[in-house]
Amino acid sequence: MTTPMVEQVKSSTNHRTTKKAIVRRIKYEEELDHSFGEEIASFAYGEKLFSCIQCGTCSATCPLSHYMDYTPRKVIAMTRAGFKEEILNSLTIWLCASCYSCLVQCPQQIHITDVMYALKREAIASGYYPRRLPIPVLAKAFFNQVRKNGRNTESWLLVNLYLRTNPFKMFKEAVLGMKLLFHGRMSLMPDRIKRRNELTTILNAVKAREGAVRS
Amino acid sequence: MKYLYYPGCSLHSTGKAYEESVLAVFKALEIPLEELEDWNCCGATSYFSIDETEAFALAARNLELAENQSGNGHANLIAPCAACYLVLTKTQHYLTSYPDIKQKVNDALDTVGLHYEGKTNVRHPLDVLVNDYGLDKITKRVKKPLKGLRVACYYGCQVVRPFKVFDDSLYPTSMDRLAKALGAETIEWPLKTRCCGGSLTGTIQEAGLRLSRALLIDAQRRKADIMITCCPLCQHNLECYQDRINRKLGDHIHIPVAYFTQLMGIALGLSEKELGIHRLFNRPRFAVTAPKKGEPVHA
Amino acid sequence: MPDVKLNGSIRIGFYICHCGHNIASTVDVDAVAQYVATLPGVIVSRDYKYMCSDPGQEMIQTDIKEQNLNRIVVASCSPLLHEHTFRTATEKGGLNPYYFQMVNIRENVSWVHTDKSAATTKAKDLARAAILRVFHHRSLEPKRVPVNPDAMVVGGGIAGIHAALTLANAGKKVYLVEREPTIGGHMAMFDKTFPTLDCAACILTPKMSQVKNHPNITLWTYSEVTNVEGYVGNYSVTVKRKPRYIIEDLCVGCLECIEKCIYKEGKYPDEFNVGLSKRKPVYIPFPQATPQLVVIDPDTCIEFKSGKCKKTCVEACDRDAIDFKQEERFEEVKVGTIILTTGFQTFDARRVPYYGYGKYPNVYTSLEVERLVNASGPTGGDVILRDGRRPTSIAIIHCVGSRDKNTNRWCSRTCCMYSLKLAHLLKEHTEAEVYNFYIDMRTPGKSYEEFYDKLLDENVRFIRGRVAEVTDWADRPSEEGKLVIRVEDTMVGVVRRIPVDMVVLAVGMEPQSDAQAVRKLFNISCSTEGFFLERHPKLAPVDTFTDGIYIAGACQGPKDIPDTVAQAGAAAAQALTLIDSGEIELEPNTAFVVQDACSGCRTCLTICPYSAISRDDAKQKAYINEALCKGCGTCVAACPSGAIKQNLFEDEMIFSEIDGILNTGPAGTNGGVACSPK
Repeated sequence: MTTPMVEQVKSSTNHRTTKKAIVRRIKYEEELDHSFGEEIASFAYGEKLFSCIQCGTCSATCPLSHYMDYTPRKVIAMTRAGFKEEILNSLTIWLCASCYSCLVQCPQQIHITDVMYALKREAIASGYYPRRLPIPVLAKAFFNQVRKNGRNTESWLLVNLYLRTNPFKMFKEAVLGMKLLFHGRMSLMPDRIKRRNELTTILNAVKAREGAVRS
Repeated sequence: MKYLYYPGCSLHSTGKAYEESVLAVFKALEIPLEELEDWNCCGATSYFSIDETEAFALAARNLELAENQSGNGHANLIAPCAACYLVLTKTQHYLTSYPDIKQKVNDALDTVGLHYEGKTNVRHPLDVLVNDYGLDKITKRVKKPLKGLRVACYYGCQVVRPFKVFDDSLYPTSMDRLAKALGAETIEWPLKTRCCGGSLTGTIQEAGLRLSRALLIDAQRRKADIMITCCPLCQHNLECYQDRINRKLGDHIHIPVAYFTQLMGIALGLSEKELGIHRLFNRPRFAVTAPKKGEPVHA
Repeated sequence: MPDVKLNGSIRIGFYICHCGHNIASTVDVDAVAQYVATLPGVIVSRDYKYMCSDPGQEMIQTDIKEQNLNRIVVASCSPLLHEHTFRTATEKGGLNPYYFQMVNIRENVSWVHTDKSAATTKAKDLARAAILRVFHHRSLEPKRVPVNPDAMVVGGGIAGIHAALTLANAGKKVYLVEREPTIGGHMAMFDKTFPTLDCAACILTPKMSQVKNHPNITLWTYSEVTNVEGYVGNYSVTVKRKPRYIIEDLCVGCLECIEKCIYKEGKYPDEFNVGLSKRKPVYIPFPQATPQLVVIDPDTCIEFKSGKCKKTCVEACDRDAIDFKQEERFEEVKVGTIILTTGFQTFDARRVPYYGYGKYPNVYTSLEVERLVNASGPTGGDVILRDGRRPTSIAIIHCVGSRDKNTNRWCSRTCCMYSLKLAHLLKEHTEAEVYNFYIDMRTPGKSYEEFYDKLLDENVRFIRGRVAEVTDWADRPSEEGKLVIRVEDTMVGVVRRIPVDMVVLAVGMEPQSDAQAVRKLFNISCSTEGFFLERHPKLAPVDTFTDGIYIAGACQGPKDIPDTVAQAGAAAAQALTLIDSGEIELEPNTAFVVQDACSGCRTCLTICPYSAISRDDAKQKAYINEALCKGCGTCVAACPSGAIKQNLFEDEMIFSEIDGILNTGPAGTNGGVACSPK
């Protein structure tokens, strides 16, 4: 799947000529994962997930809610109800920019942004994201680079991202890239820390312990 | 008070001008700043999307190194990059609130002989300059008051949310007060903390651009001469795509976007070179004296 | 109460109740009764199915008489339920009721344990404890104090008005104290009331008149309570009468002085119109103000600020009623009961800056809009915005400062209804499109759902979604110059941007800002949310933990007018029960100072939460007012000399009880060995 293009639903769309399929939509209890909500709530600051009164303030204040397939409020409702497949496959969790506006405004003081992070992690861990969706690809590239070098180098990070998602984009962005380089705002040398082994040991220790817990 | 300095990955590339201006300003004000030795990437938002405990451990190493480097165990770590500032602050908070996470992190740190005590105080340069150094002192050091300059102060998200460390989450005033202390005028606008799109301009560009566009159009509509920011990604998003937005969406956006430390440096009389002004795409030419009657103010 | 002759020996009657299956299914009541029979001093030990029943109580009475018992112990349910029942039975049997001790083996044993043998052992231990304790009980007399028949009502809104009228109509003398220059409270500011759409002033003013004319009501407006001393039935209250600078007996409310005031037009924000209009330094709050008296505001009157005013007001008054030299005076009155009806304040919308109140001129609070649509309001009922325009679209935002952990977490109960009402009134007064943004529609009262139904038919746009912000940032040309509401229409499931001309914030109800100061004055408590605390949320909503002081209306919690009036009546009734009984009986579990042991160190004075202890400086001894003492025991524990004791909780009693539970009593071994009672 290529990068999803943002479709502007124009009000002038002629609904009469668009082909519409009749879809049967009903959710049976055995299709839901009832432990999903509790699982997500068990992560740090996810505890208040169940206090949601579905007021919609989060969606209203979220600057990205226009682009989301499920608004933040729906994500909370669906997570609680156990709509695991739908949520982990959604674009919403990736579109969250972690601006924390929802968290600050929520009348029940739910840490919505942290719930989004937890869902992102679950999606990656279960492999639920579309392979060429840039956001999780970027996250993984970032992760790998930091693991390896201790720091990330933006230029190589972006190259990595474009190669994996849409190589043609590299050419489109080349002009901007050159401009940045010319202004001294792009470094081509990979940035590294000195004590890389130290960092690797620390991160591996965490991973080993978590691996032990999970198995 | 000894301040340790954490640049973060961005300040070595797209945010180069931010590093230059922060260091220049602190030097001019004689606030000693020492770079954190062998600091590693804070993890930003991406690492938290993969593994939470690893992300905390990654950030905690920096806090630990700061504790050691400060000598007396209490460190003030200045992180200009908003994302780094938030991640480090968040790590501080969460490790205090969740002892089991702290235990896991410390177990990992222990394997290399480090131990997180929780004694590092993460600060933002805006906070340090406005609250520690003081606006009165800054005004006294101003050599070229920015009279007649209309400034749009853009805070972005990460510096003010979710932790209300030194300013309000939705209606902060630190940068505005700083700009006023430098002699400039600030505009009142409702979007000063609305997300600029963050890393979405690199991934889902249409979404990211639209968010930045809203900010730029509103600031321009309110007749701001320049926009100042405190985050390298915000500065990049707001500055570097103006031509693209104009082309794609038919707007006429043309407003310089600088770091608040750059503006401050100009007012303190520092050279454009040492503040990294030459790195900006849209170089603002500051009106540093009162304009003659009838003459338009140039930025 | 004649004391049964003791003959120097203690004769105890023990009764254990089955309480049907409640106790008997877990505790082996038979075994307990048999065990207790072996304990020292126990003459009678019985078990019975229902001790609280008539035969049960009669059993106690008969045994006292026939067996010459002088102590009674009943092991059954909680003392809160039947201690009084059994004490009365004891008394009827001819014994002082305070020779009775109760053991709770239901709530404390059978209802919380499942292991039968452990439960039975525990019941035996508790029974033994009571037996050893009751040895030391003494005969006590409850204190009786007379109740002053006069009453005071503090706060002259609809609650206070109704409570005062109820008491006055019952023939009692009432002082109604109100700190504003007029009674009427918030209700006088409303336009129409839901759900009947009665005009608020039309239904309120007749009651205000009644108050003014009632021979039993002494109306003190522009007055505040500054000190309260005493105890139930005998309160001594000091009221400060603030100076109006008008001689009350002379002023007839002709308003000529206002007309002729040196200020041609009003200059200072008019409080009654919530700042939407201006008034002069000399003013009357609203035309039907009761009493019909003018007030001069010393903070804004030129005569007070500079002393150099022409005083055209004095010239204009043909009754010479203006007196700039008037001073505040203090009145001290004695009353038996006090009802607090101090009302509420609205949530300050500036605490939610994302709704733009104070920043954008066309954002209003609901209270301001009540004045705006009112025919006697600042614009004569015409809805004209602060910038002079007429709105073509209006947004009403529910839950401002309610149901929000960042501001006030409670639901303010009235806002959904008054928002519907305002929607209706705004539709009537303007041609505007009206939107209501709500989370839930709360319409619990009588005919309230019908009212909602009516509104649904009136072309008001209802959108279920909590508004995140009100902003002037325009995303499209059609939004220029408007206030944009950004909300998620949760019913349809999409985010919407709605440009409007006017925004109305349905602000919540919260406690008055001086609620803490007021509650300290009257020695009552507040809940965590800051409203006055009732004795029991279900069964005693108008009583407080301080006898003789009652609360009613919005000061106890957010509520609408029907509930307020109901509570006011209830509080008046509670006060009447006290007044009409003429005297009250106080539980004798009070503390007392053994004067010889008191060193006058004053430790007890400050720690008493009920301010019941005072010091006789001449004798240098502490003295406890039995009527104020609630028997909390704090002073007993604190006294360094051990000079304070408490009736029914004396040291010997408590230690015996402990001995009983731990089975460390005098030669105590399981099975009981005879010991010589004191």
